Amino acid sequence: MSTVALTEAHHGSAGREWSGPAPKRIVTGYGFWIFILSDMVMFSAFFATYAVLLGQTAGGPTGRELFDLRNVAIETAFLLASSFTCGMAAIAADTRSTIWFQLAMAVTCIFGLGFLTLEGQEFASLVVRGAGPTRSAFLSAFFTLVGCHGLHVSGGILWLVTMMAQVYAKGFRPDIQRRILCFALFWHALDIIWIAVFTIVYLLGSAK
Amino acid sequence: MLGKLTWAAIPFDQPIPMIASGVVALSILAILAWVVIRGHLPYLWREWITSVDHKRIGVMYTLLAMVMLLRGFSDAIMMRAQQAVAFHGQGFLPPEHYDQIFSAHGTIMIFFVAMPFMIGLMNFVVPLQLGVRDVAFPTLNSVGFWLTATGALLINISLVVGEFARTGWLPYPPLSELTYSPGVGVDYYLWAIQISGVGTLVSGINLVTTVLKVRTRGMSYLRMPMFCWTTLATNLLIVAAFPILTATLAMLLLDRYLGFHFFTNEAGGNMMMFMNLIWTWGHPEVYILVLPAFGIFSEVFATFSGKPLFGYRSMVAATMAICILSFMVWLHHFFTMGAGADVNAIFGIATTIIAVPTGVKVFNWLFTMYGGKVRFQTPLLWSIGFMVTFIIGGMTGVLLAVPPADFVLHNSLFLVAHFHNVLIGGMLFGAFAGYTYWFPKAFGFKLHEGLGQAAFWCWLVGFYVAFMPLYVVCLLGMTRRMQHYDVPEWHPWLIVAAFGAGLILCGIVLQIVQLVVSIRQRAKLRDETGDPWDGRSLEWATASPPPAFNFAVLPEVSGEDAYWKLKHPATGQARSHQRPEYQAIEIPRNSPTGFVCAFFATMMGFALIWHIWWMVAAGAIGAFATFIVFAWRDHDEDVIPAAEVARIDGSHRAQRYAILSKEAAE
Repeated sequence: MSTVALTEAHHGSAGREWSGPAPKRIVTGYGFWIFILSDMVMFSAFFATYAVLLGQTAGGPTGRELFDLRNVAIETAFLLASSFTCGMAAIAADTRSTIWFQLAMAVTCIFGLGFLTLEGQEFASLVVRGAGPTRSAFLSAFFTLVGCHGLHVSGGILWLVTMMAQVYAKGFRPDIQRRILCFALFWHALDIIWIAVFTIVYLLGSAK
Repeated sequence: MLGKLTWAAIPFDQPIPMIASGVVALSILAILAWVVIRGHLPYLWREWITSVDHKRIGVMYTLLAMVMLLRGFSDAIMMRAQQAVAFHGQGFLPPEHYDQIFSAHGTIMIFFVAMPFMIGLMNFVVPLQLGVRDVAFPTLNSVGFWLTATGALLINISLVVGEFARTGWLPYPPLSELTYSPGVGVDYYLWAIQISGVGTLVSGINLVTTVLKVRTRGMSYLRMPMFCWTTLATNLLIVAAFPILTATLAMLLLDRYLGFHFFTNEAGGNMMMFMNLIWTWGHPEVYILVLPAFGIFSEVFATFSGKPLFGYRSMVAATMAICILSFMVWLHHFFTMGAGADVNAIFGIATTIIAVPTGVKVFNWLFTMYGGKVRFQTPLLWSIGFMVTFIIGGMTGVLLAVPPADFVLHNSLFLVAHFHNVLIGGMLFGAFAGYTYWFPKAFGFKLHEGLGQAAFWCWLVGFYVAFMPLYVVCLLGMTRRMQHYDVPEWHPWLIVAAFGAGLILCGIVLQIVQLVVSIRQRAKLRDETGDPWDGRSLEWATASPPPAFNFAVLPEVSGEDAYWKLKHPATGQARSHQRPEYQAIEIPRNSPTGFVCAFFATMMGFALIWHIWWMVAAGAIGAFATFIVFAWRDHDEDVIPAAEVARIDGSHRAQRYAILSKEAAE
């Protein structure tokens, strides 16, 4: 919102002549976007690996035998809901409403933890059933791709708690506002990656 | 308590690594002692180690690269000496040591010489050329540098504690899997590259954002100097390619540490997937190294010919074309894998197509010199030496791109000769050209010209004497990475090659002498104007060395060759004599975040290599705590008051004005 407004003001109506270094908020957001793109490239390497190793079950269980779509649907719901509350937190930060910000972030955190708990349960049950990552190349690829997303969510929660503490201690300073912007971008990006995980790993994997 | 680490890890029975590491350790201790005794430590800490100034960080990157060049070169000269004497015998290096040396040589030269040299030059030059005060993220820049240094440190620790990988510069599985490489060598490689890879990614994001968002008024894309364009292309490649390296090496780490099956022989693992993944990073990496060098040559040819760069727009197009094409050719690194004739043909054709934009560049450089007032000073000599050498390397590359030929040449010394032909002739000569060209900007005095030229000739002749024989022995059937051999026809050529390495050594010694002599004669070599070469871009518009804020008032750009237009027309002259309106300048505050972070990263990397799990946890917590402390600080900028800016800029202006009026009078 404010990002868009700033962009237009900054580039001017002529749009042809470059008007000098962009303001900090734009530079920070832009740089973070580039980080997110690089992160997506990393995920794409894991996705490609998963696609190559999908059939390499080494006589072990396949995705169809292992995946519990009901569980995955709940995970997805948690993550999408957390993205919504994260958006609410960003609006609260824009309007400098501390209470709504902390509340929305706390709810985001709970949804994120819920997601992680379900994922942890799924991983644990697979290992117990003898379908751990060392069982076959397929399961190595599965655990790494989904686990990498899970690690990102865990890192995101650490960041989320840090941001709550920062706003509590320092208020909505401009540098903290920029960090909230980056955090929101990160959290939404994890959602996008989860959609790909959901489709390619779980939906296509259960079909096979 | 200490994981796999015991006293047995230190190779007391092997004289070569013990002596080498002893010498390194003693010289580090001597330098540290000198720094502490002379009381330089506070200065170093305040002005360099905690500095977030892009110029300081650029210099430190370059220094790291040059020190590591000495390490990498000593590996090289040991290999050439070994192959010169190991005819019908074992030579002086046992096989397991020889294997570590060629692995370390490749790893160090690519990751800790070529990369930091180029990133250092880009860091130093690009904000100056764009006419701004710093990169987009100064503190992150410092973090990136120190993480790169961490990687270099870990590789050097492997000399004394444990061993290094014996798998070549890219750890191909299944050889690099735990079954066949049970030692810590591959782990050293993996963690050093993972940690420094984070640093490289950070600096890539930083420079992309800088070029795209932080430029002075009027500096539109098609007015940027060529070096800024190649920086953009290079860093886009870093952002797009390095995550693939991180993912690939992470998979190998999971195989080795947790028994996963990505690249193993068992349980459905697919080792050819490693080749595909590593080269989707590895081929763009080649262009990550050489594109900045192309940018440097473009600057040097234009400046030393006194002409604008010929075909600027075609140069931009060629750079961006190479940027995209570099992602479409990775399979030519393993034509022999058996992908089939169709696939090989497609990748062979794609590879030869890259020669087209590269050819465009070569002709542009030639036409830049054509009709110009060419000054044959050291930077230009490196550039001309590059052009000849790189064309030969490019042609052998096109030969290798033909799949049937590649089946004969694959894994032979032809390949080794080819990539040294392009990497030394392309990237390293570019780095030396840039080093000589921008040295006066960084330190305020030029490098000694005569010694620079002498070093250039030793390098150039030494290069040909060292690497042309390798093409010949390939045609006589020699494969790469041989510890000993018994073919009499190869022997004389390998002796010649060793002699060539000796000539290159003379070049390196001359470069060290040049640096020492130049520092001692700095009063004589002083650059008073800030524009020692009659330059064309904005870095020459400020003093040498530039003040912390680079430009007292951000310059306004009205066309290509921004500084040339500023200094030559009468309006530009008049403007440079007017006293501008000075304002207070905010500059980012120094921060030890990068250094402290690297300390914890080193700790964590070492602990991971030796399976010391409590130390891994301690390192991770320490790194996180460092970021929290950084995020909690309240002042991240220092203000330089307008009067101070006026004082610093005024003296430079007076100096320059005096010289300009003297020139006008003559």
